[in-house]
Amino acid sequence: MTTLTINGKTIEAPGGTILEVSQANGIRIPTLCNHPALAPKGACRLCLVEVKGSRVLQPACTFPISEGMEVQTESPKVRAARKFVLELLLSDHPKDCMTCEMCGNCELQDLIYEYGVKETPFVGDHHEYPLDDRDPFILRDMEKCIHCRRCIRACDEIQAVNAITMINRGFRSKVATSFDTRLQDSNCVFCGQCISVCPTGALTEKDSHGQGRVWQTTKVTTTCPYCGVGCNFDLNIRDGKVVKVTSNWNNPVNKGALCVKGRFGWQFLHSPDRLTIPLMKSSLWKEHKGTEGAPSRYEGFVEADWETALDAVAKGLLTAKSEDGPDAVGILASAKCTNEENYLIQKLARREIGTNNIDHCARL
Amino acid sequence: MTNSIEDLAKAKAFLIIGSNTTEQHPIIGAGVKRAVRRGAKLIVADPRRIELARMSSLHLMQRPGSDIALLNGLCHVIIREGLYDKAFVADRTEGFEEMKAVVDKYTPAYVAEITGIPAEDIQAAARCYATSKPAAILYSMGITQHACGHATVMAIANLAMLCGNLGVEGGGVNPLRGQNNVQGACDMGGLPDVFPGYQKVADPILRAKMETAWGTPLSDKPGLTVVEMMNAAHTGKLKAMYIMGENPLVTDPDLNHVEEALKRLDFLVIQDIFFTETAALADVILPAAAFAEKDGTFSNTERRVQLVRKAVEPPGEAKPDWQIISAIAGRLAGDKGSWEYDSSAAIMAEAAAITPQYAGISHKRLENGGIQWPCPSADHPGTKILHLGKFSRGLGKFMAVESIPPAELPDAEYPLTLTTGRRLQHYHSGSMTHRVAGLNTLLPEERMEIHPADAEPLGLADGDMALIASRRGQVTARVQRTDRIKPGVVFMTFHFPETAVNLLTIAMLDPVAKIPEYKATAVRVTRVRS
Amino acid sequence: MTLKELERIRAKAQKELAVRGVEISPDSELKPPRPGEVRVVLRNCGQIDPERIEDYIAKDGYFALYKVLNMTPEQVIEEAKRSGLRGRGGAGFPPGQKWFFARQAVASRPAPADGTPPAYLICNGDEGDPGAFMDRAVLEGDPNSVLEGMAIAAYAMGATQGYIYVRAEYPVAVEHLQTAIPQARRLGLLGKNIFGKGFDFDVDIRIGAGAFVCGEETALIDSIEGRRGEPRPRPPFPAVSGLWGKPTSVNNVETLANIPQIFLNGADWFAGMGTEKSKGTKTFAIAGKVKNAGLIEVPMGITMREIIYDIGEGILNKKKFKAAQTGGPLGGCLPAKYLDTPIDFESLAAAGSLMGSGGLIVLDENDCMVDVARFFMDFTQDESCGKCPPCCLGTKRLLEILTRMTQAEGTAEDLQTIEYLTENISTTSLCALGQGSVNPVVTTMRHFRDEYESHVYKKFCPSGVCKGMFHYEILADVCNGCGVCRKKCPDKVIKGDKKVVHEIDLPNCIVCGDCYKACKFDAIAIRPGPTPKSRLPERR
Repeated sequence: MTTLTINGKTIEAPGGTILEVSQANGIRIPTLCNHPALAPKGACRLCLVEVKGSRVLQPACTFPISEGMEVQTESPKVRAARKFVLELLLSDHPKDCMTCEMCGNCELQDLIYEYGVKETPFVGDHHEYPLDDRDPFILRDMEKCIHCRRCIRACDEIQAVNAITMINRGFRSKVATSFDTRLQDSNCVFCGQCISVCPTGALTEKDSHGQGRVWQTTKVTTTCPYCGVGCNFDLNIRDGKVVKVTSNWNNPVNKGALCVKGRFGWQFLHSPDRLTIPLMKSSLWKEHKGTEGAPSRYEGFVEADWETALDAVAKGLLTAKSEDGPDAVGILASAKCTNEENYLIQKLARREIGTNNIDHCARL
Repeated sequence: MTNSIEDLAKAKAFLIIGSNTTEQHPIIGAGVKRAVRRGAKLIVADPRRIELARMSSLHLMQRPGSDIALLNGLCHVIIREGLYDKAFVADRTEGFEEMKAVVDKYTPAYVAEITGIPAEDIQAAARCYATSKPAAILYSMGITQHACGHATVMAIANLAMLCGNLGVEGGGVNPLRGQNNVQGACDMGGLPDVFPGYQKVADPILRAKMETAWGTPLSDKPGLTVVEMMNAAHTGKLKAMYIMGENPLVTDPDLNHVEEALKRLDFLVIQDIFFTETAALADVILPAAAFAEKDGTFSNTERRVQLVRKAVEPPGEAKPDWQIISAIAGRLAGDKGSWEYDSSAAIMAEAAAITPQYAGISHKRLENGGIQWPCPSADHPGTKILHLGKFSRGLGKFMAVESIPPAELPDAEYPLTLTTGRRLQHYHSGSMTHRVAGLNTLLPEERMEIHPADAEPLGLADGDMALIASRRGQVTARVQRTDRIKPGVVFMTFHFPETAVNLLTIAMLDPVAKIPEYKATAVRVTRVRS
Repeated sequence: MTLKELERIRAKAQKELAVRGVEISPDSELKPPRPGEVRVVLRNCGQIDPERIEDYIAKDGYFALYKVLNMTPEQVIEEAKRSGLRGRGGAGFPPGQKWFFARQAVASRPAPADGTPPAYLICNGDEGDPGAFMDRAVLEGDPNSVLEGMAIAAYAMGATQGYIYVRAEYPVAVEHLQTAIPQARRLGLLGKNIFGKGFDFDVDIRIGAGAFVCGEETALIDSIEGRRGEPRPRPPFPAVSGLWGKPTSVNNVETLANIPQIFLNGADWFAGMGTEKSKGTKTFAIAGKVKNAGLIEVPMGITMREIIYDIGEGILNKKKFKAAQTGGPLGGCLPAKYLDTPIDFESLAAAGSLMGSGGLIVLDENDCMVDVARFFMDFTQDESCGKCPPCCLGTKRLLEILTRMTQAEGTAEDLQTIEYLTENISTTSLCALGQGSVNPVVTTMRHFRDEYESHVYKKFCPSGVCKGMFHYEILADVCNGCGVCRKKCPDKVIKGDKKVVHEIDLPNCIVCGDCYKACKFDAIAIRPGPTPKSRLPERR
């Protein structure tokens, strides 16, 4: 155990950084470049604290605790330094929070608010980059980038793809692919991990723009419908529609990481092609109801009510069973459906039809 | 998977065979990449130079369908050089001598001849796998979608047992399941020979248990698999089908045959979220809810049962599949009340009561996170690693297997081998992913991968259209010349119904697993003049 | 290689060298030693053929390594500490201490099972200060002294692999190293089991891509690892977790070149030179308005006056000394009152500057201190890695203010903002580059505040540098009408008959300064206020 004092309070901790120990003891230190899923970087200088005996302020996110250390996380010097950094960041940041997709969900906005940075004392150049909408899914507004490198680190540490990096130096430095190409022309796999960790509106989900602010949406944690890995994510819902998928960092399977299908492949849910009403072959409808039925958008099919459709299904299956025996019926369960549904359909096959002709596309 | 996804981080070496992990299971693929960057060794066995091959210590480019020879060759080298885990073999396995006798003839030189892999690479791979512990084997459909798939899985298990890599963290035999709930569909008895929990229908004791639970006598005769059902429909033995959430008219092998079979049915019910290619042949189409529109559970490739939560209402009159099934079953039973469930959770409660692996699982428990089966009781934490200390059958049995060539080998008429697979941006028959604009931007159409050495004499340039023909059908597709693929082999996916690659594939089944041989079809490629 | 063999090679090489001699190529930068110089690091430069290892052995090369391999690493560290040698890269940290920490770190972890080296030694040859070329001279002229120093350091700390990180802009240095390393390997002075003592050490070259920040040791490590060079926060220090997470010591070229001499001649010999806390010699690259510019090596503790007026032979064109910039872009500008300050780590730091790697730029009365500050800020801003906002954005804001001031647009508020920025940048930046970037501004503000105020309040550049902020006037009482200025004037705006006082037609003068430079009689003066045609300079 290491004993140290933080803001005069004696704390015992087994080890770790000043930030970790502070957080564990309920002491909040502001951060921007830090992210729980990423290795600490010490870049943004927001978590600077005073460590007694140290000439300069030290970043809490990388500085390990040591015996007898005395730390001040909220001294006037520390707060002034943080305000200074925020003033600098604000001096090169668009002040368009009103229309920014990330308004209300922006870590920079929150800190600017908390530190009361009304105006920056620095007048000068700010970056002017065109909105980069050349790629699907990922919208890049590099004027809003604060160079925290979370995206670069996510691309490196989580996805091990390294599609993006910093290019240039000094004020001209910028997060980009090699040679500043489109993401499509790099080895980007469009997993969107970069978006999930971006603290500002620099990287956002292109298809979700204008669909709802963070406070207008609710989140429902669920399991991905694509491959067998079983990633969890949060569906963001507004007005009964999915508007976005965001990372859910608290599960052991994917720990917030997703692939292009998981993060961006949700639009099919609201496709106009979705089946919304039972359909019956026109002749079958006529056989059952004696009328022509309401035409559907699919040739040869009419729209049916559930009762008629279900009765027709039962009749069709029972006819085959009664005429040719239970094994004249075949049933396919689905690797897309839930356990409960698969359980029910095999029970239906075995109990109600009396056949083991039940299979699904496990092998395909 | 015998092990867990989290576990992979602890592997010192990986043997990845028949799995393009970064495209098919991207999250696991990224985990492998991270482990390799931290220093784990990586051996990739694949006829294509997949992304992981670029960071592998060894890439073995085997001929499609020669995996057993390769795996036996690895065992041969490991035994010959005394690199196997003698204590594990002695204490936990049986049948070593028999297996040894079979792999004896699989010398690196002999295996090189069958697989096309240089003998020294086979030796190096064997040494690497045997001397890095724990080592994990990852495989996928590249192994199983062969007429010899079942035998190949045996050969994989032999290799893992030989090196004591079962029942250890960071080791294991890890099949990666292709679909979100293919594991759960199997667990729940969506298979012709077993009840939920892999309880054999032919076993009188187990059957009696189920008969008691369901209150009715049950058939003891194992049923037909998908491909067998299509054959039975074709011959007129099968009269009616009820298909939920599947699109066999794109995904099944030998599509011309499938189409004919489905057309010959007296009655076909399709229950789906879209009007699929198969739906066009249906008598009744029932609109179902998608994953975000219902409650339930999926079981992932590491046996983790996880909640699926309803977030939005289904469109129009669409209903969750479980409600539709209940309504149909109630009608079939002539007693709607006997099939009424008030929630998905209630169904799980019933299923868990008769499925030993799921006995301790309930929706309530899953609220706090997924549970990996087997979970025999409500206080059991679930099982991260199978075969810890003991195999389910007691001793692990080495099953000696001989190399079996693919059913259809290339010949003068059909000189190339087509192997099929998937790509990152699309999914299966594409009914979901083709309705996501950005995914279509990223990958708008099928591209057949062909090695320049094969393309050149055919006069095929990058971007040309080619006609690919097999003994069963033909498709046209755009050509992508690439040295990612082994000469003599061409690669296509089944994501694009307009380029229905399964018109070409052969419905040759593995005798045990009944999996079709998607990974090796003899084809002929010609240029299409525009 | 054995001692006997080495002695035999030395004897033979000494004879050959005596007969052959060395043709010293005319080098404007490295002249023969001048009175007051003491050459330790540069002793062989120009005296031997750098592409012949035998020449180096003739000068007792690799005998120090032999000696060291007969000591324990602990004894080597002790001897290095006793010599008082401090790192020559800028910070002045004792290398013996670095090796000690690295050795401790190596001992505290298990030996790598995968055959990778337990620790690394890196030679920092990424000399980036404008006008500094000490390391280049050593690498080009005596590469083996660096290799031998590296081997000794590696033995002391427990490294088996070394890297020399050299700038791509030093092709000759790279070439000479590429010759020297295989030669040393061939003689068994690098590689396995050196001198049969069971010590393995080899060296590879890594070429930098021209980033100033890669001179910062953690950025340099990133760069060797194949990443973009960006400083990492410390702790962990490289001695604990450096290159590929292994204990690593990064030592400067000049530091390492000192090592063999310390072990040949003893720590006491070395400690006999210099001041109490700064021992030995230091190389300087003197540049600027000094008559005898170039590379020198002097004992620590010598005064700036001795360097500039004795060795450097004084200021060019009889101008007045204004300031000396020491320590490169991160150092400071010291005015005349520091001319008699001894040059050592402590004294320079106390004066607000740095020893740095040894750049020394002499400025005279025609250098504008605001413009000098702007120049260095332009350099640092351009070279900032962009990782932390204080450096990336703060130096940009400083540069903008300084640029405005030199364009007659500075305000009183700007003076306050400069102070606000400099104070905070130095305490909040991640690495030495950001923290030190403000030094030229801070020191010029401290010592030449009048010039800043003149720029801001009078819009007048008294040194006659900032265009649009002054004009020239011919002093009637001094001008003798020689006509030189009239002839030099490109726009022919100077009028005046021979031997009659000349006059500038101010409305048409572009203030190019040709007349000012040409006048031998100091008859042209700098006066406040622009002329209509004095155009603003192009700025980046």
